[in-house]
Amino acid sequence: MQKITEIRWHGRGGQGAKTAALLLGDAAMSLGKFIQAFPEYGPERMGAPVASFNRISSEPITIHYGITEPNVVLVLDPTLIGSIDVTKGLSDDGVIIVNTSSSPKEIRTLTKFSGGKVFTVDASKISKESIGKDIPNTPMLGALIKATGLLDFDHMIEDLKKKLAKKFASKPEVIEGNLKAVKRAFDEAKGE
Amino acid sequence: MVQVVAKTGNEAMAEAMRQINPDVVAAYPITPATEIVMIFSQFVADGLVNTQYVPVESEHSAMSATIAASAAGARAMTGTSSQGLALMYELLPIASALRLPIVMPEVNRALSGPINIHNDHSDTFAARDFGWIQIFSENSQEAYDNMLQAVRIAEHPKVKLPTMVTTDGFIISHCLEKIEVFEDDVVKNYVGKFPAYTNLLDLKNPVTLGALDLQNYYFEHRRQTAEAMKSAKEIILEVGKDFGKKFGREYGFFEEYKMDDAEMAIVCLGSIAGSAKSVVDEYREKGVKVGLMKIRVYRPFPAEEIASVLERMKAVAVVEKADGLAAKGGPLFDEIRSALYDKKKKPSVIDFIVGLGGREVTHKHLNEIFDELKDLAATGIVKELIQYKGVR
Repeated sequence: MQKITEIRWHGRGGQGAKTAALLLGDAAMSLGKFIQAFPEYGPERMGAPVASFNRISSEPITIHYGITEPNVVLVLDPTLIGSIDVTKGLSDDGVIIVNTSSSPKEIRTLTKFSGGKVFTVDASKISKESIGKDIPNTPMLGALIKATGLLDFDHMIEDLKKKLAKKFASKPEVIEGNLKAVKRAFDEAKGE
Repeated sequence: MVQVVAKTGNEAMAEAMRQINPDVVAAYPITPATEIVMIFSQFVADGLVNTQYVPVESEHSAMSATIAASAAGARAMTGTSSQGLALMYELLPIASALRLPIVMPEVNRALSGPINIHNDHSDTFAARDFGWIQIFSENSQEAYDNMLQAVRIAEHPKVKLPTMVTTDGFIISHCLEKIEVFEDDVVKNYVGKFPAYTNLLDLKNPVTLGALDLQNYYFEHRRQTAEAMKSAKEIILEVGKDFGKKFGREYGFFEEYKMDDAEMAIVCLGSIAGSAKSVVDEYREKGVKVGLMKIRVYRPFPAEEIASVLERMKAVAVVEKADGLAAKGGPLFDEIRSALYDKKKKPSVIDFIVGLGGREVTHKHLNEIFDELKDLAATGIVKELIQYKGVR
């Protein structure tokens, strides 16, 4: 088997779950990894539960079926817990990261996930304070690195800075806000 | 010279089209190929290409306009999928009969009905006898590489045939992957100037195209198209080899994965080949001498070349995403078995029809297929010739 980290993002339509997977894929690729990023293929509706996926590996990835047993799950909207099974297929040594003001312990109780690690971070609050809008997907990248060590954090920040500088050349405050949000999420993510 | 970027299959194909910079693109969007022409139309709007973009009201019109542009001496392209391709069926054999070197990305999606937007190969398989060269891609990188080669193949004086390059809908078209792209100038030089074989606008040398062709000549012209398809084989190999020399990735009619000492083989095409390769690795670790043949060029069908590799096998499992609906198995199975018929020593061949309408082909399904193949190689007993795997 190819050694691949498989990641599933849960969000609601319009919340940026697909963009989060693309961002992570792009960032991991810039740091020399082989990647896949793909959305759940289905009719998308604003507010409805959606999922997106990543594969990240140091070696070329040839497999192209869906991800059913992820190593990492990220939940952009905590109200999804309970209405859908966010830990479905998550391996016993897996990691779940939730955008919430609740503690990891409270999330363990809610999800009944006894294995691996549970991380929480209030990415929505961080996003509102740093970027001025509730866009939790960018800060969740910071929490993901903290929880998994999947990528080198400093390298990722450097890469993100370059990409944002290209995209938002006329809006330096957006660049600063995004970088700050990722850094804060990295620092503030708590796990057990 | 090479830039490493993250692109989906659709983005990779649109990028190839930008670099090819065709004279005319006439298109109508359809899921999951929409992005190709959407991204390309943005290139047009941003002035990044010199293309005349014709937004038409249907795929029938898209292919009509593309044929007309090509006949007028322009390098012309379009892109489509499934029902869109089906709406073009009336025009597709005209493009090949007129020997117009149109290049078209096609994103494989199930034919309706019932209506479905997901991947299988029923759309292009149904267009197999229209005189179009068909090249399948396993991933985004191959989609990009195949698009560039398709221009060289289609426009070669010994070929002059329309060519479609396919990817698997959503599985590849919407999957972001790491790929290498070349500099614009490199691609520009690689595809070269368009050799306009016909020019309807050249008033000094008037020609007639598409005239009525009855009992007197139709037969001869069909025969000529068949000959052109046959001679395309040599050019496809030449272009694939040259691509390898120039860019480091050589292409042929098919890819052989761990076939050298194989006693049994899986034959498939498209993205499923990548998944099956990892299963080949797993069985190789267990000491099973299994290999994989990934068909890249489906038309012209490289029957002799396929047979000369597969005749060494004890057992072959064809895995395909299309059904003949009461033909003797799927289209690929039919042709592979037929290709092997004249061989003195031939393997047992079984067919697995999988993934219709985007039904996931999982690691478990592939394992089951490999186990049956192993049994067949050991016993030579065909339990069930044609099987539907993953159907409820």
